[in-house]
Amino acid sequence: MNRYSWRTFILEIVMILAGIVFFAPFVILLAVAFRNNDAPRHIFDITWPLDFSHIVTAWQVSGMGAAIVNSTIITVLSVVGIIAFAITAAYPLSRYRTKWSRGVFFFFLAGLFLAGQASILPLYTLIRDMHLMGTIWAVVIIHIGANMPFSIFLYSSFLRDIPREYEEAAVIDGCSPVRAFFSIIVPLSRPITGTLVILTALGCWNDFFIPLLYLSASGNKTAPLTLYNFVGQYGADWPLVFSALLLSIIPILVLYFVAQKHIIKGFASGLKG
Amino acid sequence: MPAKTRRHSTSGIRPPVWFLIPAVVFYTVIVVVPNVQGYAYSFTDWNGLRPVVNWVGWQNYARIFDDSGTIKAFVNTILFTIGTVIGQNVIGLLLALGCNSLIKSKYVLRLIFFLPVVLTPIVTAFLWSYVLNPTGSLNEALGSVGLEWLQQDWLGSPELALWSVVVASVWQGVGITMVIYLAALQGVSPDLIEASALDGAGPVRRLLQIILPLINGAVVINIMLTLTGGLKQFDLVFAMTSGGPAESTQTLGFLIYKNAFVNLDYPTAVAQGVVLTLIVALVAVVQIKATSRKED
Repeated sequence: MNRYSWRTFILEIVMILAGIVFFAPFVILLAVAFRNNDAPRHIFDITWPLDFSHIVTAWQVSGMGAAIVNSTIITVLSVVGIIAFAITAAYPLSRYRTKWSRGVFFFFLAGLFLAGQASILPLYTLIRDMHLMGTIWAVVIIHIGANMPFSIFLYSSFLRDIPREYEEAAVIDGCSPVRAFFSIIVPLSRPITGTLVILTALGCWNDFFIPLLYLSASGNKTAPLTLYNFVGQYGADWPLVFSALLLSIIPILVLYFVAQKHIIKGFASGLKG
Repeated sequence: MPAKTRRHSTSGIRPPVWFLIPAVVFYTVIVVVPNVQGYAYSFTDWNGLRPVVNWVGWQNYARIFDDSGTIKAFVNTILFTIGTVIGQNVIGLLLALGCNSLIKSKYVLRLIFFLPVVLTPIVTAFLWSYVLNPTGSLNEALGSVGLEWLQQDWLGSPELALWSVVVASVWQGVGITMVIYLAALQGVSPDLIEASALDGAGPVRRLLQIILPLINGAVVINIMLTLTGGLKQFDLVFAMTSGGPAESTQTLGFLIYKNAFVNLDYPTAVAQGVVLTLIVALVAVVQIKATSRKED
């Protein structure tokens, strides 16, 4: 059990084969994006020598650069809003032990059980009547509102476990509650803030449904939405389509390989809570 | 409970109550009010344009439960959900067991298995649309190893399309299932497993009778995440098959979208939305009940 035996070796082989199967779509993604149309196709669609012309064309005609900028703006605004409003709401909810604070907490918690499909159309008409259709604000405020239950739930359970002595000492020394929040609670919450930033940023970046409803007919398309429209237009040209796919996920791939430990840990701890 | 928790120390801290205002406003406007409106409108002929609406009672519900398209979408959703729950949990657990062993490649493998989780679902959809198309990578690979008879039109056949989308969905999500199982497995003492092995328990019995009960919490969380995720599935179906062929991949999430924004049939879409929301909520509540009972 504690030594590397021949059984472990067989397991290693089996697991590596599973890894290859899992990774194959990524290899295919790269192989098709850089496909040389004049060369024979080998396993996993690999051709040689590679042809980089598709990705240049995709960059020029897909508008993916602007879409990535748009997605970044939407993601940053959404995540800043989610974090700011969730931590400020969770702080009083974790410190007061009264009937109303429990009531408000359960009011937010109820949102975890709402899948939201019943609200799609009323929300759509509300955004329309607020004249936010086609603006990034429609997507940002929906992301913020929809993420409140989960984020407040995570922050509240975290803040409840922070010892109160720090805040008490600060308040006794004449520190205002607002300042105690900014100089004690916010820094101490850094681990859970990190987890939430990862989870909500990926959720906002990858979201397709909300941008599809609110940004389809606008010039403010996100990366996934731009991709969808691009495939509708150039669907038959796989190398061009896959070049656009590749462009749209470069920011995520860079983030993943830079911060993979935090990302995997963030998912594991965040979704368990 | 209040008497026990009334500690002196808590009374000293009085965070400003107005801190709650932004969260309450956003949550109420974006989530609570539209949901309540949705439930109310599902009993009316509301079409989103006329301010005057007429009460129609259960008519919308009667219509959708009488509609073969809705029933088919319901069945598809259930099949899709069963497929992803079983696929993701079985494969996720096996991968977690593999990554919890002494193999040398486990860190690289964990990185690979998790990578699809961060991938945009729309990208997953197009990637797999290519792999599964009649002249795509899968059929090509089958042909090159002499398995031509296994080649299929994976997304074009009404019998196979739903399961093809399940495969893409499992590929995308299994990393998170694996990581949650892995975290739980790392808390299981290896001595205990070894002792049971010495007692003559085979690997399957060890897994079912010793390991699974010890990681019960992770099992419940994973089943809940995969259940609710499967029931709400939209992106992959939308981009891979648009519900086709012959409505064989039309799920409730997709049907609601189609009725609302393609057919502009608001009353039907809202009623279907209420039904799906209630199903997801019911599943979540049952799951939570099951967890809390076992933790007592």
